[in-house]
Amino acid sequence: MIEQILNFLSYDFVRSALMAGSLAGILGAVVGYFVVLRQVSFAAHALAHIGFTGATGAALFALSPLEGMLIISVLAGGMMGASGNRIQRSEIAIGMVLSISLGIGTLFLALYKGFAGQASAILFGNIFGVSHLQIFQTLILAAISLGALLIFSRRLLFASVQPDLAEARGISLSVLSVAFMVILAVSVTLASQVVGILLVFSLIIGPAGIAARICRNFWAGITSSVAIALFSVWSGILLACLTNWPPSFWITTILFVLYLITETVCRFILRMER
Amino acid sequence: MTAALSIKDAGVRLGGHDILRGVNAQIEPGEFVGVFGPNGAGKSTLMRCVLGLTPLCAGSISLFGEPPGRANGCIGYMPQSRASLESTSLSARSLVTAVEGGDRWGFPWSNRASREEVERAMKLAGAEEYADRPFSVLSGGEKQRITLAQALLGKPRLLILDEPLASLDPRNQMRMVECIAGIKAATGATILFIAHDINPLLGHMDRVLYVAGGSAAIGPVDDIVSSESLSRLYGAEIHVVRAEGKIFIVAAEGNVTEAARHD
Repeated sequence: MIEQILNFLSYDFVRSALMAGSLAGILGAVVGYFVVLRQVSFAAHALAHIGFTGATGAALFALSPLEGMLIISVLAGGMMGASGNRIQRSEIAIGMVLSISLGIGTLFLALYKGFAGQASAILFGNIFGVSHLQIFQTLILAAISLGALLIFSRRLLFASVQPDLAEARGISLSVLSVAFMVILAVSVTLASQVVGILLVFSLIIGPAGIAARICRNFWAGITSSVAIALFSVWSGILLACLTNWPPSFWITTILFVLYLITETVCRFILRMER
Repeated sequence: MTAALSIKDAGVRLGGHDILRGVNAQIEPGEFVGVFGPNGAGKSTLMRCVLGLTPLCAGSISLFGEPPGRANGCIGYMPQSRASLESTSLSARSLVTAVEGGDRWGFPWSNRASREEVERAMKLAGAEEYADRPFSVLSGGEKQRITLAQALLGKPRLLILDEPLASLDPRNQMRMVECIAGIKAATGATILFIAHDINPLLGHMDRVLYVAGGSAAIGPVDDIVSSESLSRLYGAEIHVVRAEGKIFIVAAEGNVTEAARHD
């Protein structure tokens, strides 16, 4: 079996998939941890679907799906961020915007014939199809996002944990919120390349949600989130090679099983704590 | 000596309505002031003005001689409890650590000085016992102590506590008030303590700031919490009844329980 895996690694498309998957996984895991802390997971989910319009509409404007999705989701993320702390309470509004986006995306699909193959790739991911250019784009975007997050993560953590006190200490909650949602939009776009728009939730929320359930300390949480993301992406891609089943299926399945295990164990432990 | 907080003829308008007008109060460093009044009277709004988050439409506020917003580093603010972190598994200590130096840039790395500051604040708030337990399993009173510890970071000279007694049972209310009095004694901080009920604070507070009827009055408990003074403030007949060492505030007509419970 190890021989088989080494054999897979000699293929360029497998190595590319591992590279792109790792980059999107790391960024998603770190950003996702803040998503869980700030309780904006529905907004994260919606951003991916809103990006669908951009991905399908891109063809009409001679852009790549990645570029189209990036533009739309960053715009939407910025607007969601501007609504500040109301974001957790505006589920209906976000839901409406998300459905009209999918609707317009469907129209774009119909207008641009012969796009069906691409559509399935956008919706369910096509990690084995990423080009070197896409890996390069992913690397740059992930580096910029992580770099930006590094600069203001201290403030973001404070504002996520105790927003009222942060505001009283002179921190602008809306600026932080916009900046964070833009970074989230980038992460969602990158993650959608790996698992597809419909399954983005698993890669952003999955590792971070599991880590946030186990870890009692911020740094332990971030580290485990990244470790879980890398483990699930790598084993998902390798299992896909072994079985010829889609990597999106394996990645989501691994994360779900991990989630079930943590949830069961945590409930048991927390009951003991009480 | 500069006053810790000086409010002169302050007025606030929100959404075209006069919330407060002609508020005057001078609070000296090291004073423990209880802030009372019915819900919606503008207690929290007044505190937001002090923090510089809501602008005044008239008058002025100064904190240790400086305009609000400028001196926020020396204010500790304990907001009303909210349900946002109910399900987190982060430990109590991590949540206090997350706030320490939280207005700095960079990533949230804590050095020895900030770890010591976290321990100091947790000890002052009486929260060190459950520092390592997940926040979500703590009781309401324990959670309040964590929020208090967050407010104590950075050695504030003025502590604004927004309803720290809300949703606590009488025994825990008493403990919380004693804890705050202890903090005052240990740090010499000026304390503005917003509460619903006057009784738990009797014997601990130096003066009362009563917000009602669109304005406010400050003074010793016996002067402010009297039938004449409160009737003037409310613009309605109010009776203050003292029994068994406790104070009850009753409206002469209309909704009796409203005034009594300060709802």
